[in-house]
Amino acid sequence: MKQLMTGNEAMAEAAVQAGCRFYFGYPITPQNEFIAYMARRMPEVGGTFIQSESEIAAINMVMGASAAGFRAMTSSSSPGISLKQEGISYMAGDQLPAVVLNVVRGGPGLGNIGPAQCDYFQATKGGGHGDYHCIVLAPSTVQEGTELIQDAFDLADKYRNPVIILSDGRLGQMMEPVEFKPRKPANLPPKDYILDGKKGRARRVICSLFLSEPVLEEWNKKIQEKLMRIEENEVRYETTMVEDAQVILVAYGTSARNCKEAMRTLRSKGRKVGVFRPITLWPFPYDALGEVVKKSRGALVVEMSAGQMVEDVYLAVKDMRPVFFYGRMGGLVPSASEIVQQVEKIFTKSM
Amino acid sequence: MQTTKSHPKSLFPVSTHYCGGCGHGIAHRMIAETLDELGVQDRTIAVAPVGCAVLLYNYLDVDCIEAAHGRAPATATGLKRSRPDCIVFTYQGDGDLAAIGTAEIIHAANRGENFTTIFVNNAIYGMTGGQMAPTTLVNQKTETTPSGRSVKNEGYPIRVCEMLNTLEAPYYIERVSINTPGKIRKAKKAILKAFTYQKEGRGFTFVEVVSTCPTNWGLTPPDAMKWSAENMEPVFTLGVFRDKGAEKEQNEAGETK
Amino acid sequence: MSPNDKKPYIEIVTDRCKGCELCVSVCPKQCIEIDGTVVNVKGVNPAKYVGGCIGCGSCVLVCPDVCIELCKEEKAKKTA
Repeated sequence: MKQLMTGNEAMAEAAVQAGCRFYFGYPITPQNEFIAYMARRMPEVGGTFIQSESEIAAINMVMGASAAGFRAMTSSSSPGISLKQEGISYMAGDQLPAVVLNVVRGGPGLGNIGPAQCDYFQATKGGGHGDYHCIVLAPSTVQEGTELIQDAFDLADKYRNPVIILSDGRLGQMMEPVEFKPRKPANLPPKDYILDGKKGRARRVICSLFLSEPVLEEWNKKIQEKLMRIEENEVRYETTMVEDAQVILVAYGTSARNCKEAMRTLRSKGRKVGVFRPITLWPFPYDALGEVVKKSRGALVVEMSAGQMVEDVYLAVKDMRPVFFYGRMGGLVPSASEIVQQVEKIFTKSM
Repeated sequence: MQTTKSHPKSLFPVSTHYCGGCGHGIAHRMIAETLDELGVQDRTIAVAPVGCAVLLYNYLDVDCIEAAHGRAPATATGLKRSRPDCIVFTYQGDGDLAAIGTAEIIHAANRGENFTTIFVNNAIYGMTGGQMAPTTLVNQKTETTPSGRSVKNEGYPIRVCEMLNTLEAPYYIERVSINTPGKIRKAKKAILKAFTYQKEGRGFTFVEVVSTCPTNWGLTPPDAMKWSAENMEPVFTLGVFRDKGAEKEQNEAGETK
Repeated sequence: MSPNDKKPYIEIVTDRCKGCELCVSVCPKQCIEIDGTVVNVKGVNPAKYVGGCIGCGSCVLVCPDVCIELCKEEKAKKTA
């Protein structure tokens, strides 16, 4: 049965349905509906809700609940996610599962509460210190948000790694029809690392400190090997009308929606345009994107930022085809008509 | 015929974004009058918080910096240590000071930094839409305590003046309120004293202002003032917790007798 | 409301008034009412002085928008 829900609330419900029973968070616009929903819902399902004293406290609370073997998550928006970076690095180093929702807003600094995509580098290139990556998932509709957040819990447990959902202020606040479909339980490894008291077994230590350099290198190699497995198995993307496209629009999240709208307008005018939408921003679909753009005349990357994902597009495409960029900053969203204009410029100028 | 109460020079005569009846306007005015009376407008630096008062730089006509959430006392430390002749103050709400910023206020107070903190306590998070604050009362309903704040899950409201009063260094700590005209007069005296002590280089001064949030409490402004008096004051006792200046005067008076 | 009869009175900057009624609630002589016939730039009915001021200054103290000016004769200060 479909219901109309805001992105924030729908994704909170989806997290609960994924079995999340521990939510720790701090108010920050534009994700306050998520935390308010959890405040009401967690007690209903026998879960625990804590409004922590800060975003830093919240991510460390997630570390505790995750180490104890439970599905735990936190949510925030850009400035709060900056605060969480140390905790995320710790959890990556500890190899603990976690789900972190970032409802991205304008930045840098306090910025504003408009939607943005300027946290791509932070999410995909590290954010915190050390050699690690979070799996990064980017929904483009409220329905997809509910599915990806449930996938996030499975991926976090499968790989014992933090997973970031990159939403934005528009997706969080907009209302769309949502259907919560029953899911097949994922095939997950046993949680043989959790802490619950050493009765009947050897005691366990969860840590990321390894004073001996060779030992730390071995630990890092394990993590890197895990990340390579994720790169081989978990890449996701969506293509729309790329087979005969001369220009490929590359975008994710809210930008992708407007790119699809622009594509429809351009197609109606006879322009052959397609959309490549990465869904996993890490691991990034370099190979698939390279293949698609190779068959076209070039790509236009559209982001709500000064240009961050575009650097990964350059890496994917190398110098095979020209890559153009169009972006808006400050909480503004590139409209479909602006994108149409940019594509027309490309067609008239270089092709 | 004289105008006895005219618009303070240090306050821009503009409309504010604060909700009608919000205590912030009263606190801003008292600070502006204080800066005028001490003649320090031109050498004052304000540190604005994250919270409803984030835009205080649009209202107070002094140099201002916006601090990260909770970090105003640290930013103020950097300012005052580098510019000791400036009057530096932080203006913080209950989330900024008593949630994310607890470490910063305790350590600035503990170091006896020579700036002033005005702490506006209205037992709720205003800007983000009415979530629980560290000073929210037991059983008080908020966005994140929909059934009322429970001691078991959320603990008790935090009394910041009492906490800071356990430290050796702070020079002056007083809790005031603004829910009647008489109390506003007393609050103004406290704020004036705090800034005067700073001007005289005496040490860390702190005034907690028990205020209101009509919008998120769901009350009319006059009812919110009553609620503040009846419910907040029994928990957040008004009065002077520490006044090393008054102690000093008493001791000196004793000596000269 | 006239400067000539030496009684105190208040002036309200109605454009900044948000109609919060704090002044109405604290005036000991009910000198202030909300003017239902006027809508200011904020779209609210602002406060209006209706006479009888005793110059206590409570309204000035309580107005969060600093909209109220109290006009009264200063008492001559005692000189030594």
